[in-house]
Amino acid sequence: MKYTPIIGLEVHIELSSKSKIFCGCPADHFGKRPNTQVCPTCLGLPGALPYLNQKAVEDTLKFGLALGCSISKFSKFDRKHYFYPDLPKAYQISQYDLPFATNGKLGKFRIRRIHLEEDTAKLQHQAGKSLIDFNRSSVPLVELVTEPDFRSVSEVLEFLKEIQKIVRFLEISPADMEKGSMRLEANISLSKDSSLPNYKVELKNINSFRFLKKAIESELKRQEDILEKGKIVLQETRGFYEKLGTTVSQRSKEEAHDYRYFPEPDVPPLTFTDKFINDLSASLPELPQTKRQRFISDFALPQNYAETLTEDRARSEFFETAVNISKKLDISPKIIASVMVNQNLDQKYDDPESLIKKLYELEKKEFASYEETKEAIIKAINENEKAVSDYQNGNGNVLGFLIGQVQKRLKGKGNPKVINELLLKSLQK
Amino acid sequence: MINKIPQSIEDFQNGLKNKSFSAVDLVGTYLSRIEKYDKDLNSFITISKEKAYEDAKRTDRIINEKGQKAFEEYPLLGVVISYKDIYLTKGIRTTAASKVLEGYIPEYSGTVVKRLEEAGSIMIGKTNCDAWAHGSSGENSDFGPTKNPWNKNYIPGGSSSGSGVAVAADFSLAAMATDTCGSIRLPANYCGVVGLKPTYGSVSRYGVIAMASSLDSIGHITHTVSDSQKIFECTKGVDGKDSTLKNSQNFIVGQNLKIGIPKEFFEGGLDNEVEKSIEEARKVFEKLNIEFVEITLPSTKYAISTYYIIQPAEVSSNLGRFDGIRYGNDRNFFGDEAKRRIMLGTFVLSSGYYDAYYSKAMKIRTIIIKEVEKAFEKVDAIMAPVAPTPPFKLGEKVSDPLKMYLTDIFAATANLSGIPSLAIPSGLTKNKLPLGFQLMGKKFEEDTLFHLGKMYQNKTNFHGNKPQGY
Repeated sequence: MKYTPIIGLEVHIELSSKSKIFCGCPADHFGKRPNTQVCPTCLGLPGALPYLNQKAVEDTLKFGLALGCSISKFSKFDRKHYFYPDLPKAYQISQYDLPFATNGKLGKFRIRRIHLEEDTAKLQHQAGKSLIDFNRSSVPLVELVTEPDFRSVSEVLEFLKEIQKIVRFLEISPADMEKGSMRLEANISLSKDSSLPNYKVELKNINSFRFLKKAIESELKRQEDILEKGKIVLQETRGFYEKLGTTVSQRSKEEAHDYRYFPEPDVPPLTFTDKFINDLSASLPELPQTKRQRFISDFALPQNYAETLTEDRARSEFFETAVNISKKLDISPKIIASVMVNQNLDQKYDDPESLIKKLYELEKKEFASYEETKEAIIKAINENEKAVSDYQNGNGNVLGFLIGQVQKRLKGKGNPKVINELLLKSLQK
Repeated sequence: MINKIPQSIEDFQNGLKNKSFSAVDLVGTYLSRIEKYDKDLNSFITISKEKAYEDAKRTDRIINEKGQKAFEEYPLLGVVISYKDIYLTKGIRTTAASKVLEGYIPEYSGTVVKRLEEAGSIMIGKTNCDAWAHGSSGENSDFGPTKNPWNKNYIPGGSSSGSGVAVAADFSLAAMATDTCGSIRLPANYCGVVGLKPTYGSVSRYGVIAMASSLDSIGHITHTVSDSQKIFECTKGVDGKDSTLKNSQNFIVGQNLKIGIPKEFFEGGLDNEVEKSIEEARKVFEKLNIEFVEITLPSTKYAISTYYIIQPAEVSSNLGRFDGIRYGNDRNFFGDEAKRRIMLGTFVLSSGYYDAYYSKAMKIRTIIIKEVEKAFEKVDAIMAPVAPTPPFKLGEKVSDPLKMYLTDIFAATANLSGIPSLAIPSGLTKNKLPLGFQLMGKKFEEDTLFHLGKMYQNKTNFHGNKPQGY
């Protein structure tokens, strides 16, 4: 392609807090009977008011901190106005000019802002009718906006997968694209010289990782074809339709909304102290990227093992606990990693203890017998007289050397515990 | 039927305690008065007769069972209250006096309605008002104007027109209302009764149809200051629904109180009788050793302009949900005043105009807040007229919205700065129309206003004045 793709992302993530952002209704709406988790506030009834869920705010701040953003010490919510059947108040409570977090980074990709807002209700179109499910109305929704830093579809995929991992590590959302708890919009344009073009196409309706690649690629191809013909790509919003395999225009620039933002008077502004932000920052778990690096450096794991084990926080913690337990048992982290990655043994055993117990038993079977060990020790002592006399003259350092000599003769199959015992006895004689 | 309608919660409850009358008698009396006189005055949109009788029977039962103790457990036991028709009342039609909600029956009651019910009060009906609380005269109601019981050719003041009239004409002992820019104080003032606009953030707005969310105050109208305080004690405080609420700190009214007279409120345009009545009220306080100090609130002249940017902006946002899709009638049913405010508000929030209007208005609002805070460094209360003139005639200003807006010129300061204000009657004009004044206080220090108001009502009996013929 003689054009460079210029892509920026807007990622929406539904928080898995217990209740909705502005009322006490349950936030978990997936698969629930429509309109059973509603109240005057999330239905937008006359006289109803929003009451802010502090947990949702904290989760958003954590996400911002995890991505190296600056946290706004003074922040507020704003009303974003537009008419649509899924928006019962005719405005969405969102954040406009003072988002909770700004200027973060993930790898080489810059993050412009992260803010918190309420999700809309869910529209379902069936048999010529449009139905509204308000269970989703007012579920806390985090929006992350990147700079237009992506130059290929694979970069987008890499970024999104990492974001998904981070969100899961923070345990703030399942970030499941298929279930709608992670949603994506991409701003796409093509550039001849890598500079920012004067148009962008907003791509919506990307509902799975599977279609993400297809959607962006088909849009890039469409734009390339237009540019090749010497024409101009229109600035507009387009949706991806799986059945057609292409994007279709939804709204042109001329029809763009004037959202008439103004500060939400029903939710007082928020002020965060340095202490609050620092405490929150200190409470963050180790993030996948850091953990991955540490697994490689501390446990000498190969890159692919480290990556697989850090895909999921629970799994990475299973691994680390197993490593800790096995320290005295001479089972290497690499072996544990190997059985977890290659044989999924962590799924067979409920807890790390059981897995290690099993591994230990397996290992033991392969240990050299008592007699073999004894023989090897005698050989090693006889063939290393100097070392033996050194030890007997008080140089304890040579013990390791002698153990090594024994293991060498046992081809590494010696049980360290047994070797240790027998060797010390023999040396004392 | 009861011949002499009790004029205070104390009289009311004494009558119940002494069995001079039952709660059912009281409700019956009020209902027959409403039936007899309200055809003319038009202060009610909906009468909740069935519920009122049910509540009255319950009240009588509680009194029979618990005797005196009942009144300790339920501070407002038996008190008959009417509600401005923008308070949502579960199962009872709530219209906001607009045809848009003509047949709307709410699914829930808000915090204040619940709290007053839990305190033992009885709801008698829903009062008329300017549609969506937009207006100063009551004439913007889609259910016809309410008339002033002191003279039916005159307006009762708005927007809580029906609430003012319901108390003045003895259709209920007290009436709940809302004040976004004088909508409690003005009808109280024009009907010769007491109106409280509490501190913004002291009484929950949950379950009251929003007009301008940053300005709406949930208050009430009564005959006496003492009753006003009793109701406020029941309605105030955090509820876990309205995020802007705070509980007031324990606070003891000080000694040697000082009242400030803001000179800007008395500069030109003030009606002679209004001014004279305030002079007289000042003398009453001075005899009670209250010191008066002249203060200045220089930005008063910008208050109404500021208000007419911020308020329509919020109105345009708050009325967006009334689209007729899930409930109510469609948008064609909005009246002229609502349309005017929706258009004005939409305009001032539009991109390119936000900075010139809304943003600027918010800056002036901040200046007004600071000026008010500064004034309260020197004084405990501020005394001012409620409106520049006594009640005006029906139809007099209805064709000139800007002239109508200026009725609220003295009300805006309290709403823009969030402070409480208490409107108290102070006599009658030559034409036998009510006069009064307002006392503004520091945020969350309503008690100072109640203290001063009670002092004043102990020395005077203007609150005992009754309109003739009812």
